[in-house]
Amino acid sequence: MIPLNSNFESKPVGLDVEKIRKDFPILDTQVSGRQLVYLDNAATTHKPVAVIERMKKYYESENSNIHRGVHFLSQLATKEYESAREKIRGFINAGSTREVIITRGATDSINLVAQSFGRKFIGAGDEIIISEMEHHANIVPWQMLCESTGAVLRYIPINDNGELILEKFDVLLNSRTKLVSVTRCSNALGTINPVEYIIEKSHQQGTPVLIDGSQSIQHGTIDVQKLDADFFVFSGHKLYGPTGTGVLYGKEKYLREMPPYQGGGDMILNVSMEKTTYNDLPYKFEAGTPNIAGVIGLGAAIDYINSIGMDLISAHEKELTRYALTGLSSIWQVILIGEPKNRAPVFSFILEGIHPHDIGTILDFEGIAIRAGHHCAQPVMERYCIPATARASFAVYNTFEEIDKLVLGIRRVLEVFS
Amino acid sequence: MNPEIRELYQQIILDHNKNPKNFGKIDPYNHHAEGFNPLCGDHLHLYLHTEGDRIVNISFEGGGCAISKSSASMMTAFVKGKTVQEAETLFNRFHEMVTGTGKSDEDYSDLDKLAVLQGVREFPVRVKCASLSWHTLVAALKQPETVISTE
Ligand SMILES: Cc1ncc(COP(=O)(O)O)c(C=O)c1O
Repeated sequence: MIPLNSNFESKPVGLDVEKIRKDFPILDTQVSGRQLVYLDNAATTHKPVAVIERMKKYYESENSNIHRGVHFLSQLATKEYESAREKIRGFINAGSTREVIITRGATDSINLVAQSFGRKFIGAGDEIIISEMEHHANIVPWQMLCESTGAVLRYIPINDNGELILEKFDVLLNSRTKLVSVTRCSNALGTINPVEYIIEKSHQQGTPVLIDGSQSIQHGTIDVQKLDADFFVFSGHKLYGPTGTGVLYGKEKYLREMPPYQGGGDMILNVSMEKTTYNDLPYKFEAGTPNIAGVIGLGAAIDYINSIGMDLISAHEKELTRYALTGLSSIWQVILIGEPKNRAPVFSFILEGIHPHDIGTILDFEGIAIRAGHHCAQPVMERYCIPATARASFAVYNTFEEIDKLVLGIRRVLEVFS
Repeated sequence: MNPEIRELYQQIILDHNKNPKNFGKIDPYNHHAEGFNPLCGDHLHLYLHTEGDRIVNISFEGGGCAISKSSASMMTAFVKGKTVQEAETLFNRFHEMVTGTGKSDEDYSDLDKLAVLQGVREFPVRVKCASLSWHTLVAALKQPETVISTE
């Protein structure tokens, strides 16, 4: 297929997409007789063979419970699990694996902070700052905390381009602010936020900051120490890893002071009838048998990403972003929701008079998978006075040709409704 | 054009989507219900005026996809003037048609234009869109003021 924007300069970025696509068996799927075009990567990414095979290998030759057996398999499983934690640590450049808590996902990680840090350090009259572009996972846990403690939730507003209004943040931040929790990148708008500024400003008055990395971790290198985030959360399944895995990075100085989140096995050192002594970090926050195969699979996903190189992935995705912007802008009926200067490969759009659900259904006939809905970010929908958007989001295995198909597909939608 | 797309998005559905019947808020009304489809953010208000057991006037307001909007438009046109019992029977017929629980060769011509929504049963995620206004209708008939959800 000849690219629609044939005068578009496609710079070779040194990434062999065709080779990468072969690593993802699901991309061969046929949808109503057509080749799948998967553009719902912000919801979840597909998994490379390396991850699938790694989990299979675990169940075939390493399966055992961890941290509690003297036998061969248990020691093997423990070693592999802990080696995955080390891979995660390296990937985000945490100072120590004590600061890498393994969870079920970003939602679980945020709830952990809300329940543990929140209940200990946040009280009546205190304030928490989030933003209008948060995913429900970074809204509801704080609302629940506020309801039970009497704390107050404040929102950094967004401008028409879908960017945070930082001057408003400056005004919201005050001595009662006990935590700031914002997303690095919006799943509903594609905006990449200047979290460096927010962190620096908050730290000037000693307020810790949680960064939701769910939509940024897969698109670029992250160094939590350089960023100086106090907490950083993400889900494994958006990073080419398995579902049911997630990470909470936290600075040790906070984690040490925080009470356990859930009680059970693995998080204790000693339990007597009277009293329990909690385990050390990170185990204090990891009650019960975790998703061992999944976490080992996440380790394999990180190896896979490193084998390609995050810089190459970012460069490729930047090209896709530019190409998609050109393609989508070529259709005058397309209204982008969110036109930030700094954007991840995530595009929300609407078509005048055509509901996103209808866009999604018609594109599905063409084999094109996008998301239609409120993207668990209803405050964003409210802000723009729309019920929903259509969203196309890209990953390392997407191509220019697939963006051409999306553009043609949108033209088809307009035809149906003309 | 892909024939399956046309099967779902028939011209009459597109027409009702563009120019819905009974759109707005009637005055007076003595029944009202609100319907939500949290999955897609559809939100619908249904207003009814009954005299005795007859629906003498009906209207709807709110946004939604072409399937839900055209379904609401056709539904209101169809039940206007019918009795409450007739409307409830029609609800059951319609529900059977869009969920595909009836006989596969069942003839739904008694539902008149609404039969064009038969294609929806091939699309499980869209069944809720087609039936939202009907569920809201049943809720409105039961009580003067209700909020219902399809979830
Ligand atoms: C920005 C953001 N935060 C949090 C989440 C929640 O992730 P999970 O459902 O994997 O816990 C998502 C997922 O869509 C997201 O996009």
